[in-house]
Amino acid sequence: MIGAALSVLQPHLPVLQIVVPLIAAPACFALGRGNRAWALAVAVSWVAFGISAWLLATVMDTGPISYALGNWPAPWGIEYRVDALNGFVLLVVSGIGAVTLPYTRRSVAHELPESQQGAFYTAFLLCLTGLLGVAITGDAFNLFVFLEISSLSSYALIALGRDRRALTASFQYLVMGTIGATFIVIGIGLLYMATGTLNMADLAARIPAVADSRTVLAALAFIAVGATLKLALFPLHFWLPNAYAYTPSVVTAFLAATATKVSVYILVRFFFTVFGAAYTYEVLALDNLLIPFSVVAILVCSTVAIFQTDVKRLLAYSSIAQICYIILGIGLGSETGLTAGLVHLFNHAVTKGALFLALGCVVLRVGTPRLDALAGLGRAMPWTMFAFVLAGLSLIGVPLTAGFVSKWYLVQAALEADAWYLAVVVLASSLLALVYVWRVVEAAYLRPVPEGAPSLAAREAPLSMLIPTWILAGASVYFGIDTSLNVGVARAAAQFLLGSGG
Amino acid sequence: MDAPGLYNYWVAVFLMMTGFYVVIARGNLIKKIVGLNIFQTSVFILYISMGKVTGGTAPIIAEGMGPYSNPLPHVLILTAIVVGIATTALGLALVVRIREAYGTVEEDEIQAKDADQ
Repeated sequence: MIGAALSVLQPHLPVLQIVVPLIAAPACFALGRGNRAWALAVAVSWVAFGISAWLLATVMDTGPISYALGNWPAPWGIEYRVDALNGFVLLVVSGIGAVTLPYTRRSVAHELPESQQGAFYTAFLLCLTGLLGVAITGDAFNLFVFLEISSLSSYALIALGRDRRALTASFQYLVMGTIGATFIVIGIGLLYMATGTLNMADLAARIPAVADSRTVLAALAFIAVGATLKLALFPLHFWLPNAYAYTPSVVTAFLAATATKVSVYILVRFFFTVFGAAYTYEVLALDNLLIPFSVVAILVCSTVAIFQTDVKRLLAYSSIAQICYIILGIGLGSETGLTAGLVHLFNHAVTKGALFLALGCVVLRVGTPRLDALAGLGRAMPWTMFAFVLAGLSLIGVPLTAGFVSKWYLVQAALEADAWYLAVVVLASSLLALVYVWRVVEAAYLRPVPEGAPSLAAREAPLSMLIPTWILAGASVYFGIDTSLNVGVARAAAQFLLGSGG
Repeated sequence: MDAPGLYNYWVAVFLMMTGFYVVIARGNLIKKIVGLNIFQTSVFILYISMGKVTGGTAPIIAEGMGPYSNPLPHVLILTAIVVGIATTALGLALVVRIREAYGTVEEDEIQAKDADQ
């Protein structure tokens, strides 16, 4: 019975990946406050995770899957196309969603009034839908629509923060995000003018014939700027620290782990599949822009992170620097570089997710993410703080953690390209990361506890929050030892992109 | 093609730059939303212009119709208009909440109040 049902559903899994969370989102709103909306959201996120795991396994086995929406064949209808690259991104997004949603119940009950909770899960699932949709679609305009679904719901999620500065942060993000998305639409429109198609595979086939025109060059430039705005590449990052700092903790964890990664995916998809690596790097020479910007960002933002007194802001600045590792790998353009970038996309999602979740536990018990409030938490909340330390080690890139694997490939790619100074930058920034992670560790473990400190009354976080934190913290160590999933798939994706691009 | 024939593209570029300037240069949050709207509208005009065929008719298969204008960009822009409205609505809702929390919609006054905290 179940087997028969599955075999009917199986060919439609690519579209169910999107439709299930999309339909569940308004249902959450109808279920209203309390635990029912939460239970539905958790169930849906696990279904989405199962579907994306199955999709990735099938893609690795038998090659890309194409799904014609409404049975309209590819260049005319909207096509959902899953290959090694977006199968990987889908797994990251839905995996983070599946881990963070069980965590939301206690965290949201603490940080949001009850009347907003149904709406919270609606916005959360819409955001998940949008991010998955951006990753799965093979149609350029459809990508913009899903991007706006995820962006609009994330503005709403950010505005739910308790601090009134959450409102201004959300507004700032709305302005920047809309400009970024509009730039992407302009680029897509110019591409349509030049080629008469919106399907990505079809675009890739038709662009070489018109590659000399200024329209196509302008399209690439608009899309590159729009996507870098969304992923907060230095110097377009000003919206990010505030947006992360004042959001409800669990939203920060989810957005930091997924939203910027999906924007990186847009960049990779357009650079390598639509325009082709040869065009991106030889005609427009975008690497000459991406590499210097990411080097500056890695050094400047890691340094700025050291001087933050709010741990959320500290991690936000660290995120900007870490995303630039991914951009650095992509900017190098070689197979090793691209592998390094994609591996770090996965590893950073897991690591930063763990750090923000651990911080959410701290906010639940202590009430604030300020550095001086952490004093004594090493004893009061040993499990939470130990998860933070483990994920912190991965952020620095200590051997036997996931962060080390990323940096290993990144340094290798830099040396392959004879850019030893990039290798030095990567190593130097690891020292900076050591300093800012150490500041948190020092505050939590070594600092004397003042009289009446909030940590004296703090208890360990509840299990429903500790377990998700530990799943991600454990994963950030596990994927440093067994790299068959992250490196294996990332390498397959890199080979696929460089083989078919051009 | 001659330059006057492309005048709708000049209009699109002019509106784009106007909207972009308003977003950057104005401190009033409502004016920023207005600027954002002008910026988005310029893209609508860009798409609609590219689908227009001089003398083209609506794509209806009937006697006396055709050559047809390309309906696809026009349909895409219907979607983009909906997205634009959703963005505007959300932006204005945020401005209302900001006004309630800060008592002002001027960016510099909001920053001054945050700095006081």
